[in-house]
Amino acid sequence: MITLSPRKTIPLQLTLLTPVVAIALTLVIGAIIFATLGYHPGEALYQFFVAPISRPDQVADLFVKACPLIIIASGLVFAYRANVWNIGAEGQMILGAMFGGWVALTFPDLSGWVMMPAMIAMGMLGGFLWAMIPAILKTRFNTNEILVSLMLTYVAALLIDWTVRGPWRDPMSFGFPLSPMYADAALITRVYLPGFGHLGGLHWGVIGALVIAVAAWFVLARTLTGFQVKVMGDAPRAGRFAGFNPSLVTIMVLGISGAAAGLAGMVEVSANMGQLQPEISFGYGFTAIIVAFLARLNPLAVIGAGLIVALAELGGDSAQIALGMPKVVTGVFKGILLFMLLAGETFNRFHVRLKMPVTAVREVSDA
Amino acid sequence: MKHLLKAAAAGLVGVVAMAGAAIADPVKIGFVYLTNPGDHGWTYAHEVGRLDVEKHFGSKVETTYVENVPEGPDSTRVIRELARQGNKMIFTTSFGYMDPTLKVAKEFPDVKFVHLTGYKRSGNMSTGNIRFYEGRYVQGVVAGMMTKSNKVGYLASFPIPEVIQGINAFALGMRSVNPDATVSVIWVNSWYDPVKESDAAKVHIAEGADILAQHTDSPAMLQTAEKAGVYGFGQSSDMKAFAPKAQLFSSVNNWSPYYIAQIEAMLDGSWTTGEGPDHWPGNTWLGLSDDYLVLTPFENMPANVAAAAKAAADKVSGGYNIFSGPFKDNAGNVILSDGESYHDGNLWNDMNYYVEGVIGKIPG
Amino acid sequence: MLEQLLLTVLMTSVPLIFAATGELVAERSGVLNLGVEGMMLMGAVAAFATAFGTGNLWLAIIVGGLAGALTGGVFALFALGFATNQVATGLALTIFGTGLSGLVGAPLVGHAIDGLPQITIPVLSNLPFVGALLFSLDPMAYLAVALLAGVAWFLKRTRGGLVLRAVGDNHDSAHALGYSVLRVRLLAVLFGGMMAGLGGAYLPLMLTPHWAEGMTAGRGWIALALVVFASWLPWRVLVGALIFGGITIMQLAGQARGWTVPSQFLSMLPYLATIAVLVVISRNREFSLANFPSCLGRVFHAGK
Repeated sequence: MITLSPRKTIPLQLTLLTPVVAIALTLVIGAIIFATLGYHPGEALYQFFVAPISRPDQVADLFVKACPLIIIASGLVFAYRANVWNIGAEGQMILGAMFGGWVALTFPDLSGWVMMPAMIAMGMLGGFLWAMIPAILKTRFNTNEILVSLMLTYVAALLIDWTVRGPWRDPMSFGFPLSPMYADAALITRVYLPGFGHLGGLHWGVIGALVIAVAAWFVLARTLTGFQVKVMGDAPRAGRFAGFNPSLVTIMVLGISGAAAGLAGMVEVSANMGQLQPEISFGYGFTAIIVAFLARLNPLAVIGAGLIVALAELGGDSAQIALGMPKVVTGVFKGILLFMLLAGETFNRFHVRLKMPVTAVREVSDA
Repeated sequence: MKHLLKAAAAGLVGVVAMAGAAIADPVKIGFVYLTNPGDHGWTYAHEVGRLDVEKHFGSKVETTYVENVPEGPDSTRVIRELARQGNKMIFTTSFGYMDPTLKVAKEFPDVKFVHLTGYKRSGNMSTGNIRFYEGRYVQGVVAGMMTKSNKVGYLASFPIPEVIQGINAFALGMRSVNPDATVSVIWVNSWYDPVKESDAAKVHIAEGADILAQHTDSPAMLQTAEKAGVYGFGQSSDMKAFAPKAQLFSSVNNWSPYYIAQIEAMLDGSWTTGEGPDHWPGNTWLGLSDDYLVLTPFENMPANVAAAAKAAADKVSGGYNIFSGPFKDNAGNVILSDGESYHDGNLWNDMNYYVEGVIGKIPG
Repeated sequence: MLEQLLLTVLMTSVPLIFAATGELVAERSGVLNLGVEGMMLMGAVAAFATAFGTGNLWLAIIVGGLAGALTGGVFALFALGFATNQVATGLALTIFGTGLSGLVGAPLVGHAIDGLPQITIPVLSNLPFVGALLFSLDPMAYLAVALLAGVAWFLKRTRGGLVLRAVGDNHDSAHALGYSVLRVRLLAVLFGGMMAGLGGAYLPLMLTPHWAEGMTAGRGWIALALVVFASWLPWRVLVGALIFGGITIMQLAGQARGWTVPSQFLSMLPYLATIAVLVVISRNREFSLANFPSCLGRVFHAGK
């Protein structure tokens, strides 16, 4: 039996150590699973975590892969801190991509100065609106936001599928489900530093992601808004006494996380694809949830967490090419990592002891 | 200084390696698969091609494959990685890899890229395709003769040109022997989803269909057919093992001759995609006549049906243009009159309708 | 023909009945386990692997249930043992179960097994219409309904059920009365896992004799919604499962008949219906709260 008794204070070393130990344990358990299934564990771990960044240009790939994760997770942190469980980031991403795409496709001749800001605004709006559905249903009808936001991801995926195969399909694409290519003004270009040239595939969206993470940290740590969010999550009754409106906070955090996801969707399409396709997200919305937890709901840590998780994703490809492992093995790592992190939280907040079970019924004394 | 020496040594090794490669080193060839070869369908057929390549060229080539690569930016990375790892020819086996392949082809002008079932080409990217619809015409002929309820159920994946071509070719074949039969289409919205394919097959059967056809990749439809005592056609690979009593025949994709031809052209230096902007010679689209499409033996059908099927297959191999008039679409409009026929471009650009005999409208 | 359609609907509902009934038990004890999808997939791959390897379908059913229970056990270890956040833990379980099942199942893709046989009951099976629909199903379908009935009886009429409900409604009081909250919840979670595993196993054993990665395609999430739809009452789970099974099949039938609504919108129906139902249920607070376990999702700390 595991018994937990609350700690009075949380030692700092423990807080920093927990993610490290969690990652280490994940590697160990992963290695055991690999060995059981007949793969050489050391080789597998190497392919997963070292090979993907063994060349300098691959580091750029890492940041590019982490970009949507960082943006979405920065937004999710707001929701989760307030105990609002937005699981629908995947769908909000899709709507953001669609709204941004609408601008690019309907007004292809806009100049760069107008096009990009418009797409950013619309991308955020798309995600925001999609997140408003669970927000309003929760605040007005007390409907569980987890299930609503989740069901909406399936709906969003079907919506973009229909749109790209139907009204927005490129008449020049021989009937294939592709939107027309975006005009150059609508594309997010690679970063070019005079003297250094292009840094691999690194694009401006990555820079934006880093800025967003820092901004999110600032809002959460140093503004009244951030304070409201944290209070409503940790001590909702105290928050109500202080005059904070729970419905407003719910709407706000869902709006923020939805807008972030929508922005990430628009960025991904503009930076990597240049046109809308039936599938524009590959689980980023769900992976970002893990990133948010790995970062222990701290937006600054989201950057590091995003890179680590992105590494595992790239590692999956690498392990496949080198070892013939199936792609889904990244899911195993991600799941174990999340388990370890959550348990680590417990170790932070409680003294954990293994004890003999104590029967709850008090024995009647003989006296 | 140490770095300079290292670089010089590497350079020397590189020169020697290249010289060696020109003499004896196996040429590395990469394959990018959408699903895994165990699907016993689309990717399986490509895998068969790859294994034939290894058999044919022996130690002259060394092949690698990456499976379960989703279409989109991930595929760009995978293709790029294969190019970086020294593969000299890379086959990308799904339509959705088209733009990623084009992108990477620009970055690696010395590597040859072969994209399948698409339509974009460049100086070092060619296109290969199979006239899948030819097999479906023959399927339609058999279906038209075998059906007693005059209802055929079709499982389709996505409304892309290749699939529409298949449905229409099937219907044309079917109506050529049985003007009363109809085809009903369910869109599974996936290439491989055994549960959904099974459900769709059951629904078709419940609605009265006694022949089933699929443009999806799992054997689930045929197994459902076998259980229900109806018949069907296999897709991409021979599915007889899964449904010995139900499979009438299967259209098998035979990529081996194409792969071997492309690699031979690369090895003897004659590989070309022609001149831009269209790079037409870089496009290969063959079918029954060149054994790119192979029909498995006709089974579970009476002799006269098998004979008719053979006759239809021979007719198509012999050059008959399936899409030649007269025929109408299912709203009654005349598409082609007697004497007119489609050329290849029409098949991609103009086929946004169902021909007579197919129920409903194309989605989207 | 209609009979065959309805039969397909019935069979499509079976995995939902299993999974939702199991989750209902877990939730009534106060545990929100979002990992249903992961547990179903583990059950599916385990059952398929067993059937493929041994040819023994009954063993496959048992192994499927066990795999689901074990996966549920992982959830219990963290959410109950380490008192971790139940929402996040459940999500982790889904991601883990989806990944692990894909990993284990990778060498099995493309192979086929024989499905479960259908039962024939003398006389009853030969009744027109009803005979094929109700009396000629496969063993697992009957098991699902039997277990659902068992759960209904257990919750309403046994002392054990009362204890479980008490733990879900007010775990502090239950603890004060001397009941082991964690043990009750552990059993409930294990049961939920077993049921999810059985529901997942039904897919390759009966619906389509193949394994495919992620073959549950969101059924775990629909099962979660079903529990809310049913306001945590077992017999309503049956109704809900049939409705959702019906919608899934109806959209296919609609296409076959040439309805011109785009297939994507028809495919959206089950998910939109889930949302609509959730809203209706949550709006009517009395209706929904009557059986709502008040401690759902809340972590229990002894000695607080």
